[in-house]
Amino acid sequence: MAISKEKILEDLKQKFSDNILDMTAQFGDDIIHIKKEALQDIVNFLKEDPYAFTMLLDLTCVDYQGEEERFEMVYHLFSLSLNLRLRFKARLKQNDCKIVSLTPIFKNANWLEREVYDMFGVHFEGHPYLRRLFMYDGFEGHPLRKDYPLRKQQPKIDLR
Amino acid sequence: MKYRIQQEAREGTMLINMGPSHPAMHGTTRVMLELDGEKIINCELEMGYLHRGFEKICENKTFFNMLIYTDRMNYVSPLINNTGYVMTLEKMLGIEAPERAQYIRVILNEFSRVCDHLTALAAMCMECGAFTVFLYMMKAREYIWDLMEQTTGARMTTSFIRVGGVRSDFPSDWKKTTRIAIDETRKVLKDCHGLMSKNKIFLNRTRDVAIVTSELAINYGWTGPCLRSTGVNYDVRKAFPYLVYDQLEFEIPLGERGDNFDRYMVRMQEMEQSLRMVEQCMAKIPKPSSSSESVTKGLEPAEAIKASRTKKPEERIKLSPNLEGTEKEKYPGILSGKKCIVPPKEDTYTNIEGLISHFKLFMRGHGIRPPKGEAYFAVEGGSGELGFYIISDGTDKPYRLHLRAPCFHIVAALEEIVRGNYLADIIPTFGSMNMIGGELDR
Repeated sequence: MAISKEKILEDLKQKFSDNILDMTAQFGDDIIHIKKEALQDIVNFLKEDPYAFTMLLDLTCVDYQGEEERFEMVYHLFSLSLNLRLRFKARLKQNDCKIVSLTPIFKNANWLEREVYDMFGVHFEGHPYLRRLFMYDGFEGHPLRKDYPLRKQQPKIDLR
Repeated sequence: MKYRIQQEAREGTMLINMGPSHPAMHGTTRVMLELDGEKIINCELEMGYLHRGFEKICENKTFFNMLIYTDRMNYVSPLINNTGYVMTLEKMLGIEAPERAQYIRVILNEFSRVCDHLTALAAMCMECGAFTVFLYMMKAREYIWDLMEQTTGARMTTSFIRVGGVRSDFPSDWKKTTRIAIDETRKVLKDCHGLMSKNKIFLNRTRDVAIVTSELAINYGWTGPCLRSTGVNYDVRKAFPYLVYDQLEFEIPLGERGDNFDRYMVRMQEMEQSLRMVEQCMAKIPKPSSSSESVTKGLEPAEAIKASRTKKPEERIKLSPNLEGTEKEKYPGILSGKKCIVPPKEDTYTNIEGLISHFKLFMRGHGIRPPKGEAYFAVEGGSGELGFYIISDGTDKPYRLHLRAPCFHIVAALEEIVRGNYLADIIPTFGSMNMIGGELDR
C-alpha cells in the first residue's frame, strides 16, 4: 500500500527535524526548505523504500540578488511508485556558494550540475568533472546571475 | 583546459571527433570518441552550439511576449511547448480553458507528437540507410502540417495556444483535413512497418544494441518513449492527467529490452495511439459556440473606426476576418480568463472599453501578472516530460524560468551507453534518442 504525502512529510520532519527549515505549499506543489548540509542525507533517505524517490526530475538554481543567502538550489524529486513530486530548496551564501554534489546518487546530476555551475557559478563538492556545459572555456562571468547584463560583450578568445 | 577524454586517453588508441557538423548529428553536437579499432572505449559529448540564452531572455520579456520563444525550444512539436508554458501560467493564475479549447489543444498536441515521432524515426531510419522511409514519413508529416497551417497560420512558429484557451477556432473544413491526415499517416505507418520492423539490416543495427536497463534509465531521469522502451510505465498523460486526457481511451506502449529497436517500436505504436486519440476527440469535441461558421466580409480598420462614430449603439460592426474581428462570437468557446486574453480587435477599434483592455494587456508593467510564487507543471512532450518551472514576483516578467528539457536527460546517458559498442552503433543510438538541439541547448 502506497503511503500518503502527509505521511512522507511527517516522516521527514521527524527524521530531519534539525535540518528542515520550513515546509510550504504553493499552487498545489509541496516545497521543503532544507539546510544545504543535509541534502545528501535527505535524498538518500527518500531514495530507499518505501518512499522510492528514485528520479531526479530537475535541478536548477535561482539568484536572489541582494539577499545574504543569495543562491537557492531547487531540486525536483519524483517517485514513480507513489506518483509524487517533491521540491527541495537549499540556500547558499554568496561568499560560500558551494553545495554537495548529487552525482553519486543520480547520474543525470552530472550534466545538470555542470549547467548550474556554468550559469550561476555554484560549486559542487565531489563532482567528478565540473566544467562549463553550454559556454566555452574562456567565457567570463555566469550569464544567469542577475548582475550579468543582458547584452554584455565577451572578450575575443584565441583560435583553438 | 584539456577535455577529460584527452586526459584519460590510453596509449595506442585513437581520438576522433564526430561533429559538431556531421550529417548524423542532428543539430550540432560534438561527440569526441576514443577508439580502439572500431570499438568505442571512451566518449565525451560537447554541446551548447545552439545555446541562445533562453532562460536569460525570458527574464527580460513579459509573460505574453515570451510565448513565441517557447516555439523555438522543441521546433518539431512547438504546440506542445506552447501548451506546457501556457498551462503553467494557467496553474498560477487559476484559469481553466473552455472545453472546446481543451479538445483543440489535445488534437493539436497529439498531432504534434506524431510529427515529433515521425521526424525522429525518419532521421533514424535514413541514417540506417532507409531513405524511402524518410520520404514516406515526411510525406505523412506534410498532411498533418496542412491542418496545422490552416488552423494556426504557421508550420513551425505557431504561438497558437494562448493563456485561457487557443488563438482561434478550427477552420470550417477541419474535419475533412484531419480525416485525410489520419488516413494518410496510417497508410504511411503501415508501409513503414512493412519496410522496417522486420527488416534484417535494420534489426541487425538496432536489436540488442545500446541496451538500457530500467534502473539506469530512471537514474538518468529518462522520461517519455525512451523510458517506456525499458518497460517502465510512466506517462504524464496518465500519471498527472491534464486537459481532457482522463476522458480519452489510450494505451501506453511499453518495450521489453530497452534497446534501439524498442525505442523505435514504442514510438511507432505511440503514433497509432495518438491517432486514436485524435479520432476520439473529433467525435467528442463540443460544438462551437456560434452557429455562424461562415466568415462574412467585414470592414478594414479605418472604415470600422469611421463607422463606429456614426453607428447606432446596438449595431455591430464586423471587422475584416484577418484582424480577429469576426471571431468575437467564438471567444466564449475558445478563450476564458478576463485579464489575460487579447480583446477582439473589433472592440479595440470601436469602443473605449475594448481599447482600455487592449492597452491594459500590452502596456509595460501591466499585462499578464501571475500572483507571487512559483509553480512547476509538466506535460508529455514528444520525447518525455516537458516541465516548466516559473517563479513570479508579481510583476509582468518572470523572475526565473527554467525548462526541464526531456532530451537533456536522455542525451546525458549517451556517453555511458555507447561505451563498448562499435562506432557505427552511435548512429542508430543517437537517432533513437531524438535529440532536439533547440531544447537541449536552450
